[in-house]
Amino acid sequence: MPPAASRTDRALELRDVSKYFGEFAALRKLRFRVAPRDSVFVYGPNGAGKTTLLRMLASLALPTEGHVFFGEQDLHQDPTEGKSAIGFVSHATFLYGDLTGRENLRFAGRLFGLRELEKRIDAALEMFAVRDRADQPVRDLSRGLQQRMSLARAFLHDPDFLLLDEPFTGLDTVSAENLRALLARLPEQGKAVVFSTHDFDQGASIARRLLAMEKGFVRYDGPLASAPLEQLRIKPKGGPA
Amino acid sequence: MHQATVVWTVFAKDVRVEWRNRETLALMCVFGLLLVFLFNFTLETTHEEALRTLPVVLWVTFAFVGILGFNRSFAAERENSCLEGMMLAPVDPGAIYLGKMLANFLFLAVAEVVVVIVASVWYNFSFVAALGWFVLIAFFGTLGYVAVGTIFGAIAANTRMREVMLPVLQFPVAVPIFIGAIEATGGALRGDAPGQFANWLKLLVAFSIVFVVLSYLLFEYVLEE
Amino acid sequence: MKKALSLNTHALVTLGWLFVALYMIFLYAPREETMGEVQRIFYIHVPSAITAFVAYFIVALGSVMYLAKRSPAWDEVAHSAAEVGFVFCSCVLVTGPLWAKPVWGIWWTWDMRLTSTFILWLLFVSYLMLRSYLVNPSRAATLSAVVGVVGAADVIFDYMSIRWFRTQHPQPVILGGPGSGLDPRMLATLLVSWGAFLCLFAFLLRLRVGLARAQRELGEIRRTFDMDLPEVQRGQ
Repeated sequence: MPPAASRTDRALELRDVSKYFGEFAALRKLRFRVAPRDSVFVYGPNGAGKTTLLRMLASLALPTEGHVFFGEQDLHQDPTEGKSAIGFVSHATFLYGDLTGRENLRFAGRLFGLRELEKRIDAALEMFAVRDRADQPVRDLSRGLQQRMSLARAFLHDPDFLLLDEPFTGLDTVSAENLRALLARLPEQGKAVVFSTHDFDQGASIARRLLAMEKGFVRYDGPLASAPLEQLRIKPKGGPA
Repeated sequence: MHQATVVWTVFAKDVRVEWRNRETLALMCVFGLLLVFLFNFTLETTHEEALRTLPVVLWVTFAFVGILGFNRSFAAERENSCLEGMMLAPVDPGAIYLGKMLANFLFLAVAEVVVVIVASVWYNFSFVAALGWFVLIAFFGTLGYVAVGTIFGAIAANTRMREVMLPVLQFPVAVPIFIGAIEATGGALRGDAPGQFANWLKLLVAFSIVFVVLSYLLFEYVLEE
Repeated sequence: MKKALSLNTHALVTLGWLFVALYMIFLYAPREETMGEVQRIFYIHVPSAITAFVAYFIVALGSVMYLAKRSPAWDEVAHSAAEVGFVFCSCVLVTGPLWAKPVWGIWWTWDMRLTSTFILWLLFVSYLMLRSYLVNPSRAATLSAVVGVVGAADVIFDYMSIRWFRTQHPQPVILGGPGSGLDPRMLATLLVSWGAFLCLFAFLLRLRVGLARAQRELGEIRRTFDMDLPEVQRGQ
């Protein structure tokens, strides 16, 4: 994947976004801005709204109130540029079990209208060390390999914003460490990363910024190093964050 | 230009998935054979009666076989939230609809060919004389049916009772197709002058156009959350 | 908000109008010569049918407006009209056979009006069933609006195809249509009864929409209950 010299200077931003599912409020008047090269760790208990937040940024969920902006463009009014700049990894892999990894990536690449697709596919497969498994039907792969294939799918179009919802799920120790190192390096490559994980230490070793959520609210948004962990009831396992 | 590629990509993906497992088509064909067998065997049709019952048997069979196909079509998409995966790309939801719709059309058409061949043997009835008109009627009847079935399949996939929900949504809306296709097929097979069943064919064509366009425009709402 | 007609007044007007209609149906309208007393069900049957079609029109209108404006109020109108319309449509399907049996000797015939009413009833049923199987309210609103719009387009095709079908397959000769050569007193009764049914429909619709709105507002209040989490700190 070519290292980009001049990446976008546009930010991805939630402006007073609320998302309600009937009586349940997943997000309440959320303000959140991801600048280019940002590195944000989204942390909070189950049901805090982390997944909805990431889906909202990925343009998969429509805000009940408020707007999602990519630069000065409303992501839902004119999604084309925004979608090309976003890569998303979710709980679901977005992969067809009957197709091989390569076919799945080719399908995704065509939807994104990518040029030099085969080269990009090889690069993405290489990045997650799944090239030798790429010609097997995805259904036959283990959960961890499927997760890596799904990561390759998200990185395929070389997006400026990577949104990852619990990306470490199902990965073995080595792959998890590789992914951790990869995510930590993304800002240097000019990309922004927003991710969630239940392992606070793991997240803290990647990101500079912490977004602590609870019940659809932002409880803290700022540098990870100076986060009031006790007030947020966060207990890191190994030493200072 | 890109959107035309998307239509083709989605269509080709569905065909490839089907080619891999061949599950849906096999299911549709076997189910179609079973229905025609039941109708043919229990009604003990004579050759004269065949002209009257055959159009009904064919279209009722097509209808049920189609429902199977539409349900399967979106079951595959649901498995790993693949529809959402498509929505991550900068594509027009309508293009996704058209791709899925064309794939559903192809699968139902293949199953229909199998059903018609078998019905022709069991009913001892030759379609050759009216083949041109019959193909035209079947084409538009199927197109209209698939146009509605694809959007309703996507809607039903969101519900708790998806397999049951689809026919409940589909059959009332498909009534004009049943009436039009059965009447037109009857006319064509009897060897009526085309003018006598042309109105029914026009109805099928109009239905197809209206519901392909309408579903194309509405599909955006079906995919959003 | 100023209401043109308060709900209570509306209820009284409806009640009064229904009594007037009842009086006219049973005492004012003359006895039909060939069909006898049973013909009086006509004054309930026909207004119900018209009301049911009006209801579906409102479902379609509410659906289109919801998709255009995304305001839950329009969805509530569509959903309520479907529920109330379903009741009137069912009424048509019950009174139809009650009328047909003594007069035609059969409970049911696939005549044009009965057939299209039956399909309308199916459309109401599928719309309401879909709603009951959807959990998330905003998703339910969007998906059922799509079904409402598709159904409305379909009603036109239903009507055309059934009409052509009936003209090709002549019916067993039954008595001339009830519209032919109507006695002026019969016509007046029909119109008054029709007005009463529409008034009743509007009343029920308002009640149901009010209920839906109350439910939504209750949900909004419940949502705000656990809103006591303060922001600890916001960095730059």
